Amino acid sequence: MTTPPEEPRSSERPKTRWQRILIYATLIFFALLYLMPVYVLLVTSMKSFAEVSLYKMWHPPSGVHFDSFIKAWFGSQEEGFRGLNVNFMNSVYLTVPATILSAMWGSINGYILSKWKFRGSDILFPLLLFGMFIPYQSILIPLVQTLQKINIFGIKLYGSIPGLILTHVIYGIPITTLIFRNYYANVPTELVEAARIDGANIFGVYRHVLFPLSLPGFVVVMIWQFTSIWNDFLFAVTVTSNPATQPITVGLNNLAGSYIVEWNVQMAGALIAALPTLLVYIFLGRFFMRGLMAGSLKG
Amino acid sequence: MRRLTWERVVSVLLITPSAIAIAIFVYGFIGWTAYVSLTKWDQLLPDFTLVGLRNYQRLFANQRFRIDLRNTVVFTVLFLISCLVIGLILAILLDQRIRGEGFFRSVYLFPMSISFIVTGVVWRWLLNPGSAELGSTGINLLFDILGLGFLKTGWYTDPKIGIVAVVIAATWQMSGYTMALYLAGLRGIPDELREAARVDGASEWQILRHILLPLLKPITLSAVIILGHISLKIYDLVVAMTGPGIGFSCDVPAYFMWDTTFRGNHFSRGASIAIVLLVMVAVLIVPYLIYSTRTEAEL
Repeated sequence: MTTPPEEPRSSERPKTRWQRILIYATLIFFALLYLMPVYVLLVTSMKSFAEVSLYKMWHPPSGVHFDSFIKAWFGSQEEGFRGLNVNFMNSVYLTVPATILSAMWGSINGYILSKWKFRGSDILFPLLLFGMFIPYQSILIPLVQTLQKINIFGIKLYGSIPGLILTHVIYGIPITTLIFRNYYANVPTELVEAARIDGANIFGVYRHVLFPLSLPGFVVVMIWQFTSIWNDFLFAVTVTSNPATQPITVGLNNLAGSYIVEWNVQMAGALIAALPTLLVYIFLGRFFMRGLMAGSLKG
Repeated sequence: MRRLTWERVVSVLLITPSAIAIAIFVYGFIGWTAYVSLTKWDQLLPDFTLVGLRNYQRLFANQRFRIDLRNTVVFTVLFLISCLVIGLILAILLDQRIRGEGFFRSVYLFPMSISFIVTGVVWRWLLNPGSAELGSTGINLLFDILGLGFLKTGWYTDPKIGIVAVVIAATWQMSGYTMALYLAGLRGIPDELREAARVDGASEWQILRHILLPLLKPITLSAVIILGHISLKIYDLVVAMTGPGIGFSCDVPAYFMWDTTFRGNHFSRGASIAIVLLVMVAVLIVPYLIYSTRTEAEL
């Protein structure tokens, strides 16, 4: 996994003042372009209902109003639409356990595939990886059929959060395994050998050598899984059909697809749905980048 | 030697659950979908009478599917070109010892952390053209304000443009990724190469054209494959932003698949679309997978 070195290159041909200005102007222009949707999102969701108008989309709000957020969060009984609060919590109950489970599973897989290669593991690995590129449409029909049949301890998997957790954990195996395998491959074999001379077995090496070094790997994998599970729509909309169990992306899509919901409420809803992953990105952006690079295999 | 043996068994045992899960949930399910695509299952109740390749014949004769395929080609080409060009320009500019590089990088990358559903909801309003009677809205309104009224178009409401509007939103979300890839690539090129060229009197443009771009080729290849398979699978964005559009001008195979399977109960048709999608993705991904895991093994 390569991340851009923090140090810019040392030698550089000196640039004229105009060249510098042109470079910065282009960069700032693009930055404004990328931030433009955020501007609309922010100002629209902060406007009061009286001042919301499609024809004044770019006007700043008169003050900070939270009406849109309250309506997007709690819904409106008179107008007859649900708020996103239930969906938001569903996403939390889905994302947290699924992220933790798939990180732990990926860590064990990565350990075996990097330090305990066996005959056939070089064939198994690409077969595993293929699973992260497939269009999930190609497994949806059997997935639904299977989840409908499974019923563990009275918990139906189809239409429920546990079903979605299972789905995300299984289809998360390839990427979590890949990231951990590449991460552990960088741990010097000498460390492992030293531990073995001290009498550590396969579990001991993991517990005393690899696992204590794993924190950055876990952070990268957990951020990656958190982001992709929180943002997933396809599995969510296929597996859950009851509004009470649907995650936030489905809730938002229903909210936005409804003609009775004002567009400022939709914008506030979009902001609510985006906030958790945005916060992760803002505070842990470096690790987000590393997951991104790992996604391109060689990285 | 004996200890080694039980540990080998344990190591294989530890990887077995993943291998089984992937074997069933990826390969088994794909096989099942392929089987369904050969049957007569065209209503809610399964009907596994085999009909050979009839579903595929009908699919390729289907007007909507032909439009979808054309849309996918247009979308993929435009999306790839815009992401590669914008990503490369931004990376080259950011590589010029820029003050606030970290800030710019974060701004260009943050859209990647949010859901396609959020992106779709926001861009649906941004690219809402408004009407001649009531006035322009969204980007068209911004064009009016900036005196660029001649750039106004109907965006996704214009069947001739349709899918291009979706490309704009997708590029907004994904171009930061190519920027990050290219920037990492540029930082990996030893400075001595540039220095030597400068000593030989090469201009900055010549250095870019004859040294940097050829060395960035592997990165371009990775980006094309990763973005290409994303664009073949694009679904969420279309759902949240446009739906199939007028005359299916924004429709894509992934959308058609979900629509016809889970709304229309045409399971065998849905399965055959899924298999076509899978084949397209596999043609792109499998050579890449084999290539990257092979070269990795040599290291």
